[in-house]
Order: sequence, then structure tokens, then C-alpha cells
Amino acid sequence: MSSKLNSNIPKGDLRDKWSQYKSEIALVNPANKRHIDIIVIGTGLAGGAAAASFGEMGYSVKAFCFQDSPRRAHSIAAQGGINAAKNYQNDGDSVYRLFYDTIKGGDYRSREANVHRLAEVSRNIIDQCVAQGVPFAREYGGYLDNRSFGGVQVKRTFYAKGQTGQQLLLGAYSALSRQINAGTVKMYHRHEMMDVVLMDDTTDAKRGKVARGVIARNLITGEIERHSAHAVVLASGGYGNVFFLSTNAMGSNVTASWKAYKKGAFMANPCYTQIHPTCLPRSGDHQAKLTLMSESLRNDGRVWVPKKKEDAIAIQQGKKTALDIPDADRDFYLERRYPAFGNLVPRDVASRAAKERCDAGYGVNGTGEAVYLDFKYAIERMGAKAVESKYGNLFQMYEKIAAEDPYKMPMKIYPAVHYTMGGTWVDYNLMTTIPGLFATGECNFSDHGANRLGASALMQGLADGYFVIPYTIGGYLSKDIRTGSIPTDTPEFDEAEKTIKERINFFLSNKGSKSVDYFHRKLGNIMWEECGMARNEKGLTQAIEDIKKIRADFWKEVLVPGKADEYNPELDKALRVADFLELGELMCRDALNRNESCGGHFREEYQTEEGEALRDDENFAYVAAWEFKGVDNKPELHKEELVYDNVEMKQRSYK
Amino acid sequence: MSWFKDTLTSSIGRKLIMAITGLGLIGFLLVHLIGNLALLAGDGGISFNEYAHSMKGSPVILIGEVVIFSGFLFHIIDGIGLVISNKKARPVSYGGGANAKTSTGSKIMGPLGIVITVFFILHLVDFFYRAKIADDLGLDANNIADLYALVVEKFQSPAYVAIYVVSMIAIGIHLNHGFQSAFQTFGLNHLKYTPIIKFIGTAYAVVVPGAFAFIPLFFYFTK
Amino acid sequence: MNFTLKIWRQKGAKDSGQFVTYPIKDISSDSSFLEMIDILNNQLVEKGEEPIAFDHDCREGICGMCSMYINGHPHGPENLITTCQLHMRSFKDGDSITIEPWRSSAFPVIKDLVVDRSAFDRIIQAGGYVSVNTGNAQDANNIPIPKTDADKAFDAATCIGCGACVAACKNASAMLFTSAKVSQLALLPQGQVEAKARVENMVAQMDKEGFGACTNTGACSAECPKGISIENIARMNREFIKAKLSSENV
Repeated sequence: MSSKLNSNIPKGDLRDKWSQYKSEIALVNPANKRHIDIIVIGTGLAGGAAAASFGEMGYSVKAFCFQDSPRRAHSIAAQGGINAAKNYQNDGDSVYRLFYDTIKGGDYRSREANVHRLAEVSRNIIDQCVAQGVPFAREYGGYLDNRSFGGVQVKRTFYAKGQTGQQLLLGAYSALSRQINAGTVKMYHRHEMMDVVLMDDTTDAKRGKVARGVIARNLITGEIERHSAHAVVLASGGYGNVFFLSTNAMGSNVTASWKAYKKGAFMANPCYTQIHPTCLPRSGDHQAKLTLMSESLRNDGRVWVPKKKEDAIAIQQGKKTALDIPDADRDFYLERRYPAFGNLVPRDVASRAAKERCDAGYGVNGTGEAVYLDFKYAIERMGAKAVESKYGNLFQMYEKIAAEDPYKMPMKIYPAVHYTMGGTWVDYNLMTTIPGLFATGECNFSDHGANRLGASALMQGLADGYFVIPYTIGGYLSKDIRTGSIPTDTPEFDEAEKTIKERINFFLSNKGSKSVDYFHRKLGNIMWEECGMARNEKGLTQAIEDIKKIRADFWKEVLVPGKADEYNPELDKALRVADFLELGELMCRDALNRNESCGGHFREEYQTEEGEALRDDENFAYVAAWEFKGVDNKPELHKEELVYDNVEMKQRSYK
Repeated sequence: MSWFKDTLTSSIGRKLIMAITGLGLIGFLLVHLIGNLALLAGDGGISFNEYAHSMKGSPVILIGEVVIFSGFLFHIIDGIGLVISNKKARPVSYGGGANAKTSTGSKIMGPLGIVITVFFILHLVDFFYRAKIADDLGLDANNIADLYALVVEKFQSPAYVAIYVVSMIAIGIHLNHGFQSAFQTFGLNHLKYTPIIKFIGTAYAVVVPGAFAFIPLFFYFTK
Repeated sequence: MNFTLKIWRQKGAKDSGQFVTYPIKDISSDSSFLEMIDILNNQLVEKGEEPIAFDHDCREGICGMCSMYINGHPHGPENLITTCQLHMRSFKDGDSITIEPWRSSAFPVIKDLVVDRSAFDRIIQAGGYVSVNTGNAQDANNIPIPKTDADKAFDAATCIGCGACVAACKNASAMLFTSAKVSQLALLPQGQVEAKARVENMVAQMDKEGFGACTNTGACSAECPKGISIENIARMNREFIKAKLSSENV
């Protein structure tokens, strides 16, 4: 392990680590908490839950979101559900089984201790959310209902129709609203974090430079603001928008974690990207965003393409439809290749299988990039009414967008970028390599390894926000009770503010001719082609050069209208895309470094004869944590070895 | 008692005033109609005049009148107040129109209210004032004030009949929305009962104003 | 497809705005309404003009950020969708389309089509929650809840806080929004403890923000992208009357 990386995993038996550690962690006295400030960036599941919990505990919290309200964070878009090892269905679920499924689902590239903790607290999350009034689906007896998700063989997913993320987020938002009302949390909406400010630790010189605040930009007035705190928590989500087209919200961006990276927080496994198998295929160049259809659809929908090439070609040319293909001529390729899990294989497996069929020429729309997800069989089996009650809102959404009735015609789906397992490196306490700077939720890298199982993102966001960071941050802040309030009139704040103002002025005075989107689209194209579902050395090497070129062009040619002191969404975009253009290169470097295939990272050079991912545990069972060394310099790689004491590393099989 | 004031001046409280007074006035209309049906007795006005006479002098009737007048007054004043504050809630109106799907009655309750108020004043001046305050009517065969003759005389004018009929249509539309709306304001909305309430409201809004409108038409066409 | 767009332009909260007409050509019928605005904006930027400011984020109809009033309807002419889910195939080639911001004194315009909806946040802050601290909860299955109640609570809870109800209401009333949260929590046992204070405080805040009163026109529900029923308003009225008559908040 690199000398700069210490995962701080507590000693002891895996099952007792967390409870033992929790009872030994240093505490901050209730009377002292209100003198300690915490900044939380982002108000999704992780950030909203953390800010609310900090407020309840008595800390002085400042929470920031770029949207017009904390309720709009993109956690809201999660559809399917949230996992918890409750075993309410009496089907043999347990904390260990959830832990094991998550490690295996992540293709043995996540940290045992973190994942076990996640599985442990998963049960508390459901309790907490129900107590808040989150209306989970129930059975007629009044007890909670569960459904099954990809990559597992138990029913442990709690859900609220196709709007689970929304309901959970509104729960966290209501808890946050309560603290705003109580005055413990001050909310800054339509504010974007521009930089993190580090200062020498005045009370404990051993800690060196620590995070002491942020520079934020008020998106309405354009004002650059200084905010100080004793600790900063990033909960700013993932960076899937580096691909331009993704299922992320339009505003989702990497800026907060990228600024942290440039200030010394390592970026871990940035190439681990989840491509979600069930999204609506793209329809043309005008497209600005891709829409996800919940994975829960694979519970009852069957995925297929035509068996015969001539049928596929006829469909592509619009001469035939799905209804013209008899059952015997349909290739249910997931059921064929993976009889044990069938349509419910993990996301990475399902996505690659779809790409494989489409690359072979069996795609079923004009672009040749779509497969069918068919409910005919479910309707025959349980009736249209039952299908409607389970998936009605998803079917309605599909019909609105695709203008086809999924009760009659099979849905057309194709994989799209959805989630990023990689992110800011954190230790067991969720602290980054910058003391006092924490990262939670999708923003960090810790729990999903190389592939995230369905219904685990909500679990991780809320676990981090409600049940992990409220404890672990105390251990850090217990040393800050004598620090007093942090001034903002320091050279460090001056410098950070100056840098960001210069960047803004540059954009507004640059005499370019191309809009920000023009460059973002170009970057996205390269990322999708070379660093998407399948990667290879040649493509990645070329991509790194291409991205450098786009970046150079961007700084020469970008055109940003408007002024700095007004609501200026083009300027917001320019500031975000500037960071994506640097991140894209790092992702390619990470993908190039990882000479193996694992989970969402598939290198064409490393596959089994059947086309499955081929891991190299001997050489790559580590977390690749990258240290920034300058925009035009190679970043430095630090390795955190992954040690598996409790599970045996096996070739992942869903056959 | 600040809670009481707070309740009644809140947005829901002001709607409650509209609902309570509205339902009261709806009830009053039925009582009024039953009395008016005496006009159709065909006895040259004897029973109608007796009925009108019985409405004078008793303290019970006086209290009733005060209640009804305050009902009108509160309903009108509160209604005007609501219209003003609701207008204030949208200072700039839409340039592209407002095409939300709603029943027409609900959107024009204010204008209907103005029509009804004008009619109400006219009606008071013509009948209530003459019979109860000026008390300058001639006497009928029984030596009591002959209100019937005044009614017959008024209903000879086609313009007067038209005003009456149009006003009754306005009341009908106003009631059709107002009746069920009052229950909604009280919080009485139920899968089983709301359709029944709506049916009763519509039936009432057709039958009662319809019967009121029938009387002038009857006198005009049978003169 | 070609369209003539009549779009409300307004520099800032204190400026007066006006409609500006933009012709737009060669739009695919498969493109979404916001993608069409994206295309227009890119054209404006490359001409050196200021793009049209509009709110949007998730573009899948759930975050509640998009907020355009299109041809007399919040979120456009189709039912049960948000602006971002509206596609150009819902219009005819050559149509003239009028686009305005939500109009309500409680939602001041920030710029062009962007309005400030923080009034909604303040209504929730006034009581739209169950006061349970992290870690206090009992086992989730200790509170069985009748499925019909849970389903109704869910239906009310699907509100995305977009403000279409306010935009559609002739009185710019926020009753549907407020009642959806009051209803959700009134239907669940967890919400009973604070039920009285909740409805009293939320209604008071709603009035303070300057929203109009409800005249039961039903426009809010007819235009709500999530189809939230005005039955919720009745439930809130009921809760309000009950609370006012029995609470000890004098």
C-alpha cells in the first residue's frame, strides 16, 4: 500500500468491526457541537441525510445545492428500489448475504469492511425512512413488500412503485427542512461549489493542511462567496455527464470533487462506469439526455433479438416489427447465456450482452442499437392488470417518450451511462486524503467495486448520510473543539477566490465561436466510443490525445455570452465542462492502466473464450488512487491493496 | 381569541365563511321558493298575501331576516375580498391565455356574484322595501296589503321578466359550483359521497332557480 | 418541423419583460420540447445573443425543476407530463407556440422563464415532516399500515413540487401542493403526533407567501403532471378545521 494511503480499517472480526469502532470513536460534547461548523456540498440522499443528521446532533451546518431546491437532487430519479437485509420475505437473507452479493456484484474490487458496514446499516435505513413517513409499497396485511433485483437470488428490495428515489429523497429533504426550520442548517440553494480551501491546522500541526472552507458561487447573482467550516463533506454525486449523454440530470457535474482532486484528494478507480442496460435508445443528434427505465422491468420482461439476421435487417429497415417474429425465431439471449439468473443478471453483464448482439448486427431499430424488452409473456402469465399495477407508471413514461404502447409492442432498450462507481478516495471514516474533507454517496468510490448492483446506490447514499458519517466525522472534529470559528479573510481564501474570478473573466472575455455544448458533445463521443462499454489499449491511447486536443480547442474557441454578475447558465456549463475535459483524460488513463476486465470496466484484450470479463486478481486486486500533478502532467498512481479475508475471490458466474 | 380571527382570516377560513354563508343562503332560497309557490295558487292572490302578511311583525321573522341579510353581506364582502387578494396573487397575467380544463362555473363565480348582487338589490327595492318598509301597498279583499297585485304588475314587463330569468340562470350556475364546492371546503370529499353531493347540487341548481324563473314566465304568458 | 416561438424574455426580477418571437426550423418530431429550446439556445449563443434562461435538470419528469407555461397550459398541452417529457410530435408543423414563466407573486421571475420557487421550500420547512431524529426508529414492520392508506399516501407524496398547480390556478393558489404533503402525513400513523401543528403552520406559511385562496376550480389537479387529486385539498381543509377547533394553539 502506498504510504500516502491509509484506509484506517479497524482491526477485529469483520462482523464486529463497525460496532466496536463506533463505541470507541471520539465524541464531541453536545455543548461544543454548536460551535463547530460543517459544510455539506450537495443535498441528495447522502448530503441531505448527512446535513439533517448533523443538524439534529447540534452542529452548525451550511448545506449547498446548485438546484433551486434541495428536493431536486438527482437521487430523486432512482426508480427501482433500495436493498436492505431485513429478511422480511423469509427467503434466507442476512447481513452476510447482502455483503457477499455486493462484493461479488462488484467483481471483487471493493473493500470488505466498508461493504459489510453498508449491509449492517441497511436495516436501519428502512426503519428510519418508514418513521419519516416514506410510503413504501405494502402488502394487504399492511406489512412492507419487497421485490427482486439483478444479481441476487432473494427479495430484499424495498420500493415505492417506480419512484423509490423520489420518496427517499423527499424523506431526507423533509428531515433537512426540519433542521432548516430549527436553524441548525443554513441552506444555500442555487449555489455551486467552486473550490475547497485548505489551511494549516492551528491546533494540531501534525494534520498539516486541512479543509477549512469552500468558495461558492451564487448562480443567481454571480457573487463569489467565502464559507468557512471545521470540516467539508462532499456529497456532490457522480460524473456520468462526462459522456455528455447519460441518465444523469443535466446539471450533474464533477466540479466539486474535481476541485478537491486538484487540491490533493485522490481520485479512485475513475474508469469504473456503470452502463445501465435498460435505457431508451437514442433517437438522433438533437438528444441531450438519455432516459432510464427501471431495472425492475427485468423481473417480468424478457429480453430478446431476432434469431435470424434477415429478420433483424427487415426490422431495422422498418419492413417488419417485433410482432412479425414468431417465438421460435426469437433469441432470448440472456436466458440462453445465463440460465441461472436469466434476465436478472447484473447490469454490466446485461449491457455487454446487448452490445454484443447489436454489434453482431441483430439490433432492432433504425440505428441498429436497440434490443427488445417484451412483456407479452408476463401479460399472458398474470394478465395486463397485474402488469399495470406493477409497472403502470413506467409503461406510461415509455409511451410518452417512445410513442409506442408497451402493452402491445415490446419496449426497445439500449444501455446508457448511468452511475460511476469510481470517485474520490476515502478511508473507512469516509475522509479523503485531505484531512477534514469527506466524501459520501456516489461521490466517493468505496462500496460498489467495479460494478454496482441494482438498488444499492440508494442504500449507500443513505447509509453514508444517516449512519456512517454522523459518527465518523465526530472522531475528526473532536480535535477541533478549541479551534474556534474559522476566519475567511485569509490568504488561502484570497487566492482561491482570485483563481476562480480569473477563470470566469477568461470565459466571458474569450473571443471564441463555439458553444460549450459543442465541446461537451465531442468529449462525450470519444468517451462513449473509447471508454464506454468496451475499451482497448489502442483506443484509450488515442482518446487521451484526442481529449487533450479538444481541451486545447475549448480554451481557444469557447464562446460564453452574458456577464459574471447575473444568472448565466452558459457560464455555469463552461465552468463544469472545463473540469469534465480534465476528468475524461484521467478516466482513460485509469482504464488504460487496468490491464484486466472487471465489472463495468471491460478491456477487449482481457476476456474469456465466451466473452466474459477476465479479472487479474494477482496484479489488479487494488484500488487505483490517482494524485493530481498538474493538468498537463501525468497523475501519480497510488495503490490500495484489497484484502479478502472473508470471501473467496472467484470468477463471477451467473450461468 | 386571536386563534379565532386567525382561522377566519386564513385562506381556508375565508373559504369557510363563503361555504357556511353560501349553504345558508341556498337553504333560504328553498324557503323563499315555497312561499312564492303561493303565487300559483290561482286564488287571485289571497293565499300569497296571507303568506306575505304572516312575514311581518313577528320577532322570530325579524331575527331570521337579520341572519339572512348578514349572510348575504358576509358572503358578498368576503367574496369581494377573496377576488381582490386572489388577483393580487397573480399580478402579471398570461399572454398566451389560460386554458386549463375546468368547469366554466367555477371560473366565473365572481362575475356571477356581481350579477346576482345587482339582482338582489333590485329585488329588495321592488318588493321587500315596498312591502315591509314603505308599506304603501293597496289592500286586497281580506284587507291586508296586496303584494300579489304588485307582483302581477311587475311581471307584465317583458324586460323585467327577462332580467329575472337571466338572473335565475346566473344563480343556477353559481349554485351548481357553490353547493359542491362548499362541501369540498368543509373537507367532505369522499369517493362514495362526492358524486351524490354533486348530483344533488346540480339538481338543486336546476330545480330551484328554474321554479323561481317559472313564476314570472307564467304570469307574463297568462296575462 | 418548423415553428414560431413567442417566448417571454425578462432580464431580471426588477425589469419588465416582453414576448420576443423566434422562428425555428428543421426540428425533428422526436426531439423533446427542451431539446428544441437547447437547439434555439445554441443558435443564439453562436450568433452572440443571450440564450433563453429556463429551469431544467433531470429531464425525465421527476425532479420538478422544469417550468414552462406553454400555450396556456403549465407543462404544455399533454396530460400527466412535465415540460421535459413533452415531445414536438405533440405539435403541428408550422404551429405558433407561446412560452411563459409561471406567473405568481409568490414565484418572482429571476430571468426569462426562470422563477424563484423557494416559497414551496418554506412551506415544507413550516411542518412538512415527521420529527424523528436519525437513529430513533423502531423496526419498520412494527407499524402495519393498511395498503389503501399507504397507496393514497404515496399518491399524494408523488408531488414533484414543480408549481404547475400554482401556475394553472386562476388564483395562483398553492393549496394542491400544500395539501399533498399534509395529506401524505395525515394518512399515515407516523404523521399523527404532529398533525395539528403541521397543518396550522403549513397553511399559515402558505398564506404568508402570498398565494391565492382555493376556489375549487380543479385546474390544479387537471394540469398536475402527477395527477394529484383535489381530494387532498378537502383532506387538508378537514385537518385544518379539526386542528383549529381542537388544538391548544391560541
